[in-house]
Amino acid sequence: MSKDADQQTPANRGLAKVPTGIQGLDEITGGGLPCGRPTLVCGSAGCGKTLLAMEFLVRGATQFGEPGVFMSFEETTQELTQNVRSLGFDLDDLVEQKKLAMDFVRVERNEIEETGEYDLEGLFVRLNFAIDSIGAKRVVLDTIEALFGGLSNVSILRGELRRLFRWLKDKGVTAVITCESGAGTLTKHSLEEYVSDCVIVLDHRVTDQMSTRRLRIVKYRGTSHETNEYPFLIDEDGISVLPITSLGLQHTASTERISSGIPRLDAMLGGEGYYRSSTVLMSGTAGSGKSSIAAHFAAAACARGERCLYFAFEESPGQILRNMRSIGIDLEPWVKQGLLHFHASRAAIHGLEMHLATIHKLVREFKPRVVVMDPVGSLTSVGTRQDSNVMLTRLIDFLKMQGITALLTSLTSGDEALEGANMDVSTLVDTWLLLRDLELDGERNRVMYVLKSRGMAHSNQLREFLLTNQGVELQNVYLGAEGVLTGSARQTREAAEKAGSLLRHQEAEAKQRERVLKREAQEARIVVLQKEFEAEEEVAKRDIEQERSREETHRQDRDRMGISRKGDKVSKDAEPLARSHETPRGRK
Amino acid sequence: MKNTDSDTTAAFEKLVAGTPSDEHYVLRLYVTGMSPRSTEAFASIKAICDERLQGRYELEVIDIYQHPQLAIDEQIIAVPTLVKKLPAPLRRLVGDLSNQDRVLLGLDLRRKP
Repeated sequence: MSKDADQQTPANRGLAKVPTGIQGLDEITGGGLPCGRPTLVCGSAGCGKTLLAMEFLVRGATQFGEPGVFMSFEETTQELTQNVRSLGFDLDDLVEQKKLAMDFVRVERNEIEETGEYDLEGLFVRLNFAIDSIGAKRVVLDTIEALFGGLSNVSILRGELRRLFRWLKDKGVTAVITCESGAGTLTKHSLEEYVSDCVIVLDHRVTDQMSTRRLRIVKYRGTSHETNEYPFLIDEDGISVLPITSLGLQHTASTERISSGIPRLDAMLGGEGYYRSSTVLMSGTAGSGKSSIAAHFAAAACARGERCLYFAFEESPGQILRNMRSIGIDLEPWVKQGLLHFHASRAAIHGLEMHLATIHKLVREFKPRVVVMDPVGSLTSVGTRQDSNVMLTRLIDFLKMQGITALLTSLTSGDEALEGANMDVSTLVDTWLLLRDLELDGERNRVMYVLKSRGMAHSNQLREFLLTNQGVELQNVYLGAEGVLTGSARQTREAAEKAGSLLRHQEAEAKQRERVLKREAQEARIVVLQKEFEAEEEVAKRDIEQERSREETHRQDRDRMGISRKGDKVSKDAEPLARSHETPRGRK
Repeated sequence: MKNTDSDTTAAFEKLVAGTPSDEHYVLRLYVTGMSPRSTEAFASIKAICDERLQGRYELEVIDIYQHPQLAIDEQIIAVPTLVKKLPAPLRRLVGDLSNQDRVLLGLDLRRKP
């Protein structure tokens, strides 16, 4: 068997490992449990030992083709089958398929009378029989310490258990042995002395009325492993451990820009909006419009056809949908199309780690491109300041690694210095929008500004915005004596400007009209002059006509006289008209 | 009611009187091959039976190496184990049966002089 184990690691570095199939556990163990060796899983009652062991077997049988034997000392086969059915594990079916063998070992103190020396060969025979019957590669001994309750000869038991673990190794099976943890020691009966290859401790701690399950690898001989405590979840899919500290700063930076959903806000952010996979923090006082801007962002993402995961810690999905509809953002179609998913839960129901675990799980399942957390502040208020910072760092790193653009909103109370309140987070986020209420002239008005935005030329203006029926609208900037004008002051200023421009407009119009009139008068005068001239011309023409007819008459008279006197006929052509013209005058 | 009372009384008297000498014993000894403890246990129980239960006992020796399924069925952990199937209650005598007092106690044969 050890030969097989060697073949399983082509790298020849460290020892062969058997994947557990339990989400996250394989990551922190660097591949799984030591192959062909026993692993001790210890913890107090109800911290998930049996489940971890069972999942190890079921995953092995279903995913890795390794049949397993479950030897239980506490629960009957029937009870176990019922207990894990809720996790979707059908043990009966696995037993039927010869992928799983189960054996319940009953140790009844009052039936047993010890009459001399003995050994636990019976147990060995049964285990051997079960292993051989299905060719098992994995073995679970669930709370073997129950033996100590049934048999009183501790020295025999210890010797036999030592022999059992040795035997399991020789058998080449990968074994998980669960143990109750004792006071001050890992296990009640110090079994960790015998199982020294790998020791995993499960813990179920309650801090501030918040219970969190944690897992820690105390020891893993011959391999490097993560030594931190990891929170883990037990839900309908079994156990998932979160390797939350195995994060780094290796994420690639995207140059893609995505819209904030508000065009004028995009304009403030270098004209194009946020960077993809950046983290945006939006902090502000109560009622400063954080959720509305977040809703814009979510709606814009869905409109691009991207999945959006919306974590609501203070409102129910129905309430958000209703409220956003009132400002003209209808998120419901996106929810129906499956692009938008709400996850609403009170921050106070879990500890920080649990929340992080849930977020991890949901992100893995839903695979969003955009995540909104509204408000992240209520999450951080669950733990201490230091805890919450650590958690936020993990969260932000995790989202960045996945290439997810995150919008976190954070509530700052009115008294706190706005920028100081989020000092710890500020170094983590890429873009920080600050929303606040400006009190001026007896009113509060909402303003926003971009406090920082890495990698872009962002606006430094304080902008007033309104929540209208069409959503968030950024207003024009008016500067007054005391800074930016907002609310009524801005409206007054706007009105004044409007009035001024109206006046100028009217003046220009009047001038125009005057010019038109002038021209019309001028034209009328021209017409009159023309008429006068025409009249004069008429008179002149008539005079000429008269003159001409007179001259004609005169010439005819002359001709007639000439004829009568038998003189030459006066040539009409030879004599110029002018002369003839003068003649009559001269005669006059 | 009366009936039950008399039953209980009878049972009690029977108990005080000790195991009646005519009670039939069904014993099973689970062993692992011919290991020293197994043979020792067998010799020990054989001697007790012959001495105290002559003619009214049934002793079956089972090698769990050859019949592992029987070990599972009978919930055998430690070896050797002597199971007293009858008379009730069921008892498991674990070990090589070298402590005779405990064996007699386990088999409810203690009161016999």
